[in-house]
Amino acid sequence: MKNNFWQFVKKESLHIIRDKRTMLVVMLIPVMLMVLFGFAISTEVNNINVAVVAPDRSNSIDDAVETLSNNNYFTFCGYITQEQIDEKLRSGEVSAVIVFTPDYDRKLSQVAAGITSAPLIQVIVDASNVNTANSATAYLQNILLGKESKQSMFETRMLFNPQMKSAYNFVPGIMGFIFILVCAMMTSVSIVREKETGTMEVLLASPARPIKIIFAKMIPYFAISCIVLIMILLLARYLLEVPMSGGVFGIFTLSLLYLVLSLSLGLFVSTIAQTQIAALLISAMVMMMPIMMLSGLLFPIENLPLFFQVVSNIIPARWYIDAMRKMMIQGAPLIAVWKDSVILIGMTIIILAISLKKFNNKLE
Amino acid sequence: MNIIETYNLSKSYNGVSALNDISFGVEQGELFGLIGPDGAGKTTLFRLLATLLNPDSGSAVVNGYDIAKDYQKIRSCIGYMPGRFSLYPDLSVEENLNFFAALFGVDIKESYSLIAPIYKQIEPFKSRRAGKLSGGMKQKLALSCALIHKPAVLLLDEPTTGVDAVSRSEFWDMLSQLKESGITTLVSTPYMDEALRCDRIALCNEGRILGIDTPARITAEFNSKLYSISANNMYALLNAARKIEGVIECYPFGEKHHLVADNNFNPEIFISKLSYIEGVTIEPAEPTIEDMFIKLMKQ
Amino acid sequence: MRDIVISVHDLTKCFGSFTAVDNISFDVAKGEIFGFLGANGAGKTTAMRMLCGLSYPTSGRGTVAGYDIMREGEEIKRHIGYMSQKFSLYNDLTVWENMNLFAGIYGLSKEETKKRSEELLSQLNFLSERNTLVGSLPLGWKQKLAFVVATIHNPDVVFLDEPTGGVDPITRRQFWELIYKASERGTTIFVTTHYMDEAEYCSRVSIMVDGKICALDTPTRLKEKYSAKSMDEVFRTLARKAERGE
Repeated sequence: MKNNFWQFVKKESLHIIRDKRTMLVVMLIPVMLMVLFGFAISTEVNNINVAVVAPDRSNSIDDAVETLSNNNYFTFCGYITQEQIDEKLRSGEVSAVIVFTPDYDRKLSQVAAGITSAPLIQVIVDASNVNTANSATAYLQNILLGKESKQSMFETRMLFNPQMKSAYNFVPGIMGFIFILVCAMMTSVSIVREKETGTMEVLLASPARPIKIIFAKMIPYFAISCIVLIMILLLARYLLEVPMSGGVFGIFTLSLLYLVLSLSLGLFVSTIAQTQIAALLISAMVMMMPIMMLSGLLFPIENLPLFFQVVSNIIPARWYIDAMRKMMIQGAPLIAVWKDSVILIGMTIIILAISLKKFNNKLE
Repeated sequence: MNIIETYNLSKSYNGVSALNDISFGVEQGELFGLIGPDGAGKTTLFRLLATLLNPDSGSAVVNGYDIAKDYQKIRSCIGYMPGRFSLYPDLSVEENLNFFAALFGVDIKESYSLIAPIYKQIEPFKSRRAGKLSGGMKQKLALSCALIHKPAVLLLDEPTTGVDAVSRSEFWDMLSQLKESGITTLVSTPYMDEALRCDRIALCNEGRILGIDTPARITAEFNSKLYSISANNMYALLNAARKIEGVIECYPFGEKHHLVADNNFNPEIFISKLSYIEGVTIEPAEPTIEDMFIKLMKQ
Repeated sequence: MRDIVISVHDLTKCFGSFTAVDNISFDVAKGEIFGFLGANGAGKTTAMRMLCGLSYPTSGRGTVAGYDIMREGEEIKRHIGYMSQKFSLYNDLTVWENMNLFAGIYGLSKEETKKRSEELLSQLNFLSERNTLVGSLPLGWKQKLAFVVATIHNPDVVFLDEPTGGVDPITRRQFWELIYKASERGTTIFVTTHYMDEAEYCSRVSIMVDGKICALDTPTRLKEKYSAKSMDEVFRTLARKAERGE
């Protein structure tokens, strides 16, 4: 029998190319997500309105406010009372409020003498714009306390967005999500479509090994995912300026592993589902939802109830996103994420083994 | 030796029996028809012979190979067309054919002479998507694809369902042509009138075979008197006729009713007894496959 | 002369430059079993949609059950029943629930629903199965049940789309007996099909080719005219002249 593998790949590619709408969606969603996060978040810190709460005015407080007013980045908007803080922040009149503790001067000297370590200054920031809030608190800390600043003296409270999500953190999440979408969901639907239309019956009744046909099916989806991967990485690097200091090689290698894992998941779903609708639902409910909720994409895993923290361990995307964050943002090399990599390899082998065993040469 | 032979094949799904103790044989080169309504077990039988299902009990041999043990060998020598439209609608006519050639690992040129009489009719549309073909053209393409590897046995599951009368008739002409090239064909249909196009038929119902023979011999076994009757009011005639002495049964049959009678029946007495109904006519009728099917179902 | 229930004159439906139904005219009398035949793509479905008040003709006029197909589509829907082989009853509801549902759709009162349902079920000898899920019934029973449910609101006309395809010969005859009985009571039956053996049971048939009606008569006379043995042959003779595909 002549080698017909590439004929199968060609046929599968034709299916994909002719389904223009799906192609468009797959290519557009990652770009849209990336651009959205890229532009929604400005990193500029400029003219931040600041109000001050000082129950006992003193010279040192006046000095601090003077320094603040002279700084280009901040605009001093006057003294307010404790009760006004919430209203001023909520209305957007000010973006930050500095609260000096009562009896500031005396307590400052006590801290300096090492008697107590209670915070003296509280900065309350509107963190709905993460980057602004981040930069603002850093600046304020510097300005108010100078070089001798002691962490203990300073307390920061982030309002409205305590988890400090940022575009950086979203990039790995988007990747973890989009590859499951392209690989797992689309392959499973395309395999199950053949069951639904009856062509699977003909394929099975032919002398070709069905598993060969299935692998041929995965290749175009793998190729598309690679294109999407490159697109995401380019956008991340040049639009969002994600550092990726851990090296592109590691990021790419681990992503390819994740692609294989997603394809195996797709194959697994296709062995369970009998209709395209079922394949879509299983993909959406069993794969997408946990990724959104439990992989650290939306909520930090540490903030989840214990039960869900445990559950999150079996979600592949959790490990992938974790590793990607380390490599893309914190600049860790591939070797530093060996634990995540080993877990992902293990999962791939298990899922692939189960689905190959479940995949049947017959109809039952 | 028969090219297809089944021995006491049985198959059930979730406790519901689909096929019950089926034994029959198909001779080399025969055009064999499985005639029966939905739920007769035709599709299950095809899937067993195409090695897509394993029987619960019994066995079958196709082209010398056992369906359970040698299923890989059987898959190379059968051409199977499932009941549903089994082509890729988003691929063109030519792409479909190329794919099936690749699937069976053959070169189209080798088998072109076999499929040519059928494929030539759709070749002018070879770049058209299969989904945009008419029902009859889809059938021709599906048949070409099933024949691409010169199979010894052709398994066609309800190929004419949902196809109009003209295309159906053309399809049967193609099957007769294929018979000339020595291919054995097992074909199923719910249409009784198509039985006459087969060499031999098996009448199937609810997982059992009611009878196997040539269409002519099957109708010859109908050894009761059969009449076709009509009147101006057919419904009144139907109810009245059933009460007449000697009438075994009476059922609608197209424009007329068919009346099965025993030896006590007398057509003249029949007419006179029903004189209150306008325009009663009665004449002897030739039994059809459908009459025989009804008779066998009632036994 | 008998009452005319469906009357159509010069009915035409165009989609852009394509004329799906081309100037057709015919009348159907009360209680008639009218076969409406044609190959796939001949315009059968389009014509039937207009008769059911589901789409408007491009030109021409017609009445169904005394209502104008141009202006009184909603009234028409209330006075017709419809049954197709593909969709008829809900498999996950019981016989009784299905009947209640369709009675409700046609606005029957509670007492009427109960009376009609019992009447129809006893006609089928089906009373004992009232709490059975429709999905677990044999195909033939489903078809018969679907037919009586389509007549639950005593419609003037029942439209049947390939009603007995794939049914065994005995059930098929029981089905036609139901139809005869309904027609006897004055219900008009309008059958669309491309199975010619179904056509043989109709009192009159029309055959559509390329959007036009090219034959209309009783099966006997059509067979005589085209010196054919069966309606299948008549149909093939006429449909071979078709120029357009599906």
